[in-house]
Amino acid sequence: MASRPAALRRALQFSLRHSRPSTFSSSSSIRSFSSTTPSLAPPNPTPDYAIPDPSRPTHFGYETVTESEKRERVAGVFTSVAESYDRMNDLMSFGWHRIWKDHFVASLNPGFTPLTPDPDPRAPQHILDIAGGTGDIAFRMLHTAHTLNSNPSVRVTISDINPAMLTVGKQRSTALPASQQAALTFLEANAEDLTRTKPLSSTSPTTSSIPDASVDLYTVAFGIRNFSNIPAALREAHRVLKPGGVFACLEFSKADKWTPLFTAAYREWSFRAIPLIGQLVAGDRESYQYLVESIERFPSQREFRDMIVDAGFAVGGQGWEDLTGGVAAVHKGMKPRE
Amino acid sequence: MLLVPYTMEVALRRFAAIAARPNALRPCATTATALTPSRRQYWTPSRPPPNYPGHIPLNTLEKAALAIGSGLISLANPRRADLIAAFAEATATPYFIYRLRDAMLASPTGRRILRDRPRITSTSLNLPHLRSLPARTVGRTYVAWLDREGVSPDTRSTVRYIDDPECAYVMQRYRECHDFYHALTGLPVVREGEVALKAFEFANTLLPMTGLSVFAAATLKPGERRRFRETYLPWALRNGLRASEVINVYWEEELERDVEDLRRELGVEPPPDMRAERKAEREARKRAREGI
Repeated sequence: MASRPAALRRALQFSLRHSRPSTFSSSSSIRSFSSTTPSLAPPNPTPDYAIPDPSRPTHFGYETVTESEKRERVAGVFTSVAESYDRMNDLMSFGWHRIWKDHFVASLNPGFTPLTPDPDPRAPQHILDIAGGTGDIAFRMLHTAHTLNSNPSVRVTISDINPAMLTVGKQRSTALPASQQAALTFLEANAEDLTRTKPLSSTSPTTSSIPDASVDLYTVAFGIRNFSNIPAALREAHRVLKPGGVFACLEFSKADKWTPLFTAAYREWSFRAIPLIGQLVAGDRESYQYLVESIERFPSQREFRDMIVDAGFAVGGQGWEDLTGGVAAVHKGMKPRE
Repeated sequence: MLLVPYTMEVALRRFAAIAARPNALRPCATTATALTPSRRQYWTPSRPPPNYPGHIPLNTLEKAALAIGSGLISLANPRRADLIAAFAEATATPYFIYRLRDAMLASPTGRRILRDRPRITSTSLNLPHLRSLPARTVGRTYVAWLDREGVSPDTRSTVRYIDDPECAYVMQRYRECHDFYHALTGLPVVREGEVALKAFEFANTLLPMTGLSVFAAATLKPGERRRFRETYLPWALRNGLRASEVINVYWEEELERDVEDLRRELGVEPPPDMRAERKAEREARKRAREGI
């Protein structure tokens, strides 16, 4: 008889190979082919580096700072850029960030759950969009779920550590249809500790916690590179996701999949043109210098995939998808079922 | 200006060279996150080292882009003082800021200013003391102008894009003395007054930003444009060219001096009072409207 961990691995590999790689739908009940119910090995104790420590050194762009200082400086950057954030994104990527975000949401296809026993593929879902302040991903999720998949029981929680970004998102959300606005919640939270969240512009100091195993889909788009402690955020993601839930991350990555000429041109554009555009449009060269340095500091696709696996997720195939030659990459992982 | 024909070939060769050569890599400190290699190096654009704190050395293409972008945006939105400053710095080289620095070196007072490098900030001027000075002094005229216009000697942005440290100081000095030029000429802070003062500064300092700012006259109202064309532009050119270099005035030492004395020494005659003219025209228009 095969050992239990081996049976679990086989079951997962089978299910991941055979499920369509682009639709990690949370409510799919994937049958395991071994008759015994594999039990998980005892969970690994959280390693030291995954516990947030305010005085541990990390990086802020090319500077070395402590984790708490990084949090403050990132707050300063995003409070400064919040007003012009959307316009700057368009200018920096020539509008291509919209294509990336559309592809990201389309490949997740929220609201569509064809593998449920119920003939109606419209099960309720709870989506948590982390660092989603201005709402780009959340609004697309709502549109796909409510309008394209006709699934009104999908609700989205937008969480961000920065109230200025959330305020921009809330203001933009007033243009949505009322049913979608009703399905939207705004939360101020640090992704490394989702046990202490509070609603946007709440004045009371009481915080609430996002319960374990309460989220079907956890997304973070262009936010995770700003976190002080990425392994801690990945473990929090693992905690709040339901078994079978999906972790999806859209982030800038190493643009080395096309020619070296393209990589060189991309780097020159990033380091010379983007701070200049930041200065002209937003009056803030330093914030955009930090942004391009943080992109350069972010781990490569392979390294980040390994971090995701280390946090307890299972990945399918190579674990990531390159967009635009690696300028951006979509990483997905699934929290294994018990 | 040395114009490099930036053809496609040159661009491709440069990019191929950048891709091929080992880039200016920076070693990073080891971070405690798992699975990142320890001696990772991070790409930085090949820039020469800074010559003074806050210096950002830009290459020709970046400077040109900054000049064009800041020029257009500050023309459309003159409230972007940071872009007007950046425009001045981006267009000051190659020739003009060196000419201004040499004009300072040619005068004994200018040389002393370059040696002492005084800075004018809201803390370095003692405004209550200036208010207590007699009415016809430079200091009193300056404070009276600040109070009349409702402005303060706010800190100007620091120079970042000029490579030579001494020329960077010259630009910083010009920027900080701008309010004194307002007081010297009596021109107000409204757009009309700023354009007229820029014309005067161009005739006197030859900085390209000042000259190009005169194109902002196209954004003035018709009455203002007429006044500028008939009165203030001729005044600015005549006095700017006739006057000695205002950049060489050691303002910190001239605060207790009689302002007419200073004007005579420099060769500057004040223009017609712009605020009075604007008010007279407003009242004439109101009377005409009500009369009919």
